Amino acid sequence: MRSKTIAAVAAAALGATSMTAGAQQVVEVVHWWTSGGEAAALNVLKEDMQKRGYGWKDSPVAGGGGDQARTVLRARVAAGNPPEAMQMLGFIITDYAEEGLLGDLTPVATKEGWANVVPAPLQKFDQYKGHWVAAPVNIHRTNWIWANKKIFDELKIAPPKTFDDLMAAAEKIRKAGYVPLAHGGQPWQDATIFDSAVMSAGGPDFYRKALIELDPAALGSKTMEKAFEQMMKLRGLVDPNFPGRDWNLATAMVINGKAGMQIMGDWAKGEFIKAGKKPNVDFLCFQYPGTEGDFSFNSDAFAMFKVGKSQEAAQLALASAIMDKNFQEQFNLKKGSIPARMDIADTNFDACGKKSMADLKVALKNNAMVGSFAHGHAVPESIKGAMIDVVTKFFNSGKNPSEATKQLVAAVAASK
Amino acid sequence: MDTSTGTAPVTWSAASRWLQRSLPKLVLSPTLIVSLVFVYGFILWTAYVSLTPSKGYVIHELAGFFQYVRVWNHPRWQVAIHNLAVFGVLYIALCMALGLLIAILLDQRIRQEGTLRAIYLYPLALSFIVTGTAWKWMLNPGLGIEKLVQGWGFPNFKFDWIVSEEMAIYCVVIAGVWQATGFVMAMFLAGLRGIDHDLLKAASLDGASLPRIYWRIVIPQLRPVFMGALIILAHLAIKSYELVVALTGGGPGYATELPSTFMYAHTFTRNQLGMGAASAVMMLLTIVAIMVPYLYSEMRGARRHSH
Amino acid sequence: MVKGSRDRGARFVIYGLLLFFAAIYVLPLIVMLLTSLKPLPEIYSGSIIALPHEWTVKPWIDAWGETCVGLSCHGIKGYFWNSTKMTVAAVIISTAIGMLNGYVLTKWRFKGADLLFGLILFGCFIPFQIVLIPMATLLGKLGIASSTPGLVLVHVVYGLAFTTLYFRNYYVAFPDELIRAAMIDGAKFFDIFFRILVPNSAPIVVVTVIWQFTNIWNDFLFGASFSTGESAPMTVALNNVVNTSTGEREYNVHMAAAVIAALPTLLVYIVGGRYFVRGLMTGSVKG
Repeated sequence: MRSKTIAAVAAAALGATSMTAGAQQVVEVVHWWTSGGEAAALNVLKEDMQKRGYGWKDSPVAGGGGDQARTVLRARVAAGNPPEAMQMLGFIITDYAEEGLLGDLTPVATKEGWANVVPAPLQKFDQYKGHWVAAPVNIHRTNWIWANKKIFDELKIAPPKTFDDLMAAAEKIRKAGYVPLAHGGQPWQDATIFDSAVMSAGGPDFYRKALIELDPAALGSKTMEKAFEQMMKLRGLVDPNFPGRDWNLATAMVINGKAGMQIMGDWAKGEFIKAGKKPNVDFLCFQYPGTEGDFSFNSDAFAMFKVGKSQEAAQLALASAIMDKNFQEQFNLKKGSIPARMDIADTNFDACGKKSMADLKVALKNNAMVGSFAHGHAVPESIKGAMIDVVTKFFNSGKNPSEATKQLVAAVAASK
Repeated sequence: MDTSTGTAPVTWSAASRWLQRSLPKLVLSPTLIVSLVFVYGFILWTAYVSLTPSKGYVIHELAGFFQYVRVWNHPRWQVAIHNLAVFGVLYIALCMALGLLIAILLDQRIRQEGTLRAIYLYPLALSFIVTGTAWKWMLNPGLGIEKLVQGWGFPNFKFDWIVSEEMAIYCVVIAGVWQATGFVMAMFLAGLRGIDHDLLKAASLDGASLPRIYWRIVIPQLRPVFMGALIILAHLAIKSYELVVALTGGGPGYATELPSTFMYAHTFTRNQLGMGAASAVMMLLTIVAIMVPYLYSEMRGARRHSH
Repeated sequence: MVKGSRDRGARFVIYGLLLFFAAIYVLPLIVMLLTSLKPLPEIYSGSIIALPHEWTVKPWIDAWGETCVGLSCHGIKGYFWNSTKMTVAAVIISTAIGMLNGYVLTKWRFKGADLLFGLILFGCFIPFQIVLIPMATLLGKLGIASSTPGLVLVHVVYGLAFTTLYFRNYYVAFPDELIRAAMIDGAKFFDIFFRILVPNSAPIVVVTVIWQFTNIWNDFLFGASFSTGESAPMTVALNNVVNTSTGEREYNVHMAAAVIAALPTLLVYIVGGRYFVRGLMTGSVKG
């Protein structure tokens, strides 16, 4: 009888713990995807987690492309209570991994074979010293130009193949009374153009040497001056009200036919889609002249913090849910980017998405896939900021490319 | 003071007398301890970090003043210092002048004084984020005041300071002054109401003109108000980080950079804790250099006048 | 008032200037209100002070109950309560302590009291971002980092300098004879405080409460760093609504949310406004 009671109690206890373990595990996620479209995309993930039996605690902090969120994260790390998961890009993941704060996702990564489907350049950031520390959500490409098809047709312009073609096309657009280049004057937007300018001036190998390896000779070279010259010429194509403009308002200028082109990453495509526009019908997408076949990427990922053994199962579940093929497809269809997994068919993606996915494979083969400098995938944050200072100052009012080049070299030296 | 002797317990009256005498100090002590830890302790921590090569997290090794050198050589810091001088001086001077002017006007037995006062005061109730966003809108050439006035039939009207590298900082001044003047006005109004009217009547009977009366009698009597207002305004000027971020984002480029935005960027987003700490120490030193002599002279004066 | 300000010309100038300033001051609020009552297409096409062709209250309903703050789309109403809890507690505590401090510093002078006041006063100038990391570390060690008590502690700590300043300046002018008379009658420390000072402190309490309430309610940095998820204060929610970096900018909802967020502080200013000026009067002898 006693043994029966003991057995009953034991069974009840076991049942109770397993119930509480599943129901109570909540993953707190800090991110800045607060707009309607992105939030809807992220909701897919939340529902998936709920299906797996985990709760989702949402802690969004909007603003500054993640700046505010990262400040909050710094405070929470200092206080010793980081969230279970945090949205991160590029070197930020590396920085936190270096501090020993990120958990190990290798068990689930090995089980699901992430190494076989995630492009190597992404793995460089999502892993640290051989261990997986972050689950990538998407791959964005920054060397795109988005154009209003109606204006291009009206003026009989074809997507420019060289920089001179671009300037000629811009002249035609300006003469017809439109703004040649829609742009928002914020440092990261100026830097996004710089990504393409450097790539165009010297190709992916130069880009690598200068912006990733920070070779002073490359940084101070005539090729870099050429990149700044391009920036100077592009500056002449924007309307006077560009400083401070948000990127999506610049995209709206192209959508509404006020401007001809915008140089922006493919999150801009999300705006076109939301406005009901179709690629090759209402808008055109093509690479910045001189960068065809090159892929400058940035990738959002969720890094998991070490918060204790009890939360590990939930975190691994979240990582698995992020890499789930269905989620990857759904999220990226909404966001304008392409999946971080290369084994997803491109059937449901639109023309620009298909092009991106195809170019990705080609670029990988030709070693032409590089991390975006503007978005933290080329150099650590401690150096990136000072370099962007030089770029944005030059874009706003610079007249002397060789001076800017010298400043760039100095900025890197002063931040090391 | 009583000291208990032997094994007899301290008498109740001796203890209560001790308590009464120490009570003031005891009551003050929590605040002092809090100040010591949360103000001075943290300042010391910041000074310590400024002497280390800390990047994304604190590295515990002392390395001299090289972070200070790096900060001073940074082009953004040079812009920030210049902007602080421009913004600080204009902000405080304009708030004081406007606040005093409006207070004097309101003091003239105005009808609907309460309503007008509320109109001048309400901006301070708004958070900096709201103020910055609203003014960003109004100062936007394509959407705001410029467009409005052009619509009224002045097609050549230009008010595009906010997109100009040289003039953008003045937009920050405008928004800041708008927000804080009301509070300064209230302080001056209170001060004006406290002035002895007999003095003023006597002066005007002697034939002194209105401006002279104000200049020679009223304004000098408002000295304590100037001190209070200076403290409040200096505090707001230093805290104007959120206003700048909401209004211009530091732009165009970094033309509206202030030491507070420099410090914030380097500490939190650029993983340069050492540089951020060095810039913070310099911000604090500037405050000390201005406030301490001023406070000292004011306290001295106050003590001479009272008790 | 002074002779000379009665004549017609002067009155005209005075009223003219006051109305001119009033117009400038009220303009941003009008812009915000008008924008919050227009549908989006009108905002982009019209001028900022044009009256709406099509009045709509939907932005307000959205802002309160339906707009998305991250993944949850329940508007900002929940966060209102978080802010209220935190702000009321912090205001009460910091005001009470400031009152005691002001009392001690002015009526119980001991050696070094002025120096201590100066030391405390310096706390007014500390920019919050400088203390964020050490504060986070300390709060973490105390175990209250992401909680309302932690946030209340932070705001009390940095409010003490101001509350002490206000009460000290007010009590400095409080007649000492009353205190001395009470002491002769045998009143002790707290008797004097509660029976003489507190009942006569209404105006300065109003000023202090208004100042503290505004600063704490509108704080973003501490609120974002020391709270999580659904327990975040309203400023964090407002930031998430207004500052989303992608997607359509629903300016009308943003403006409505901003005004809703400012309503408590606006209310406090309007209700307390009458006592505000009175409370700032120091050293006034005339009643």
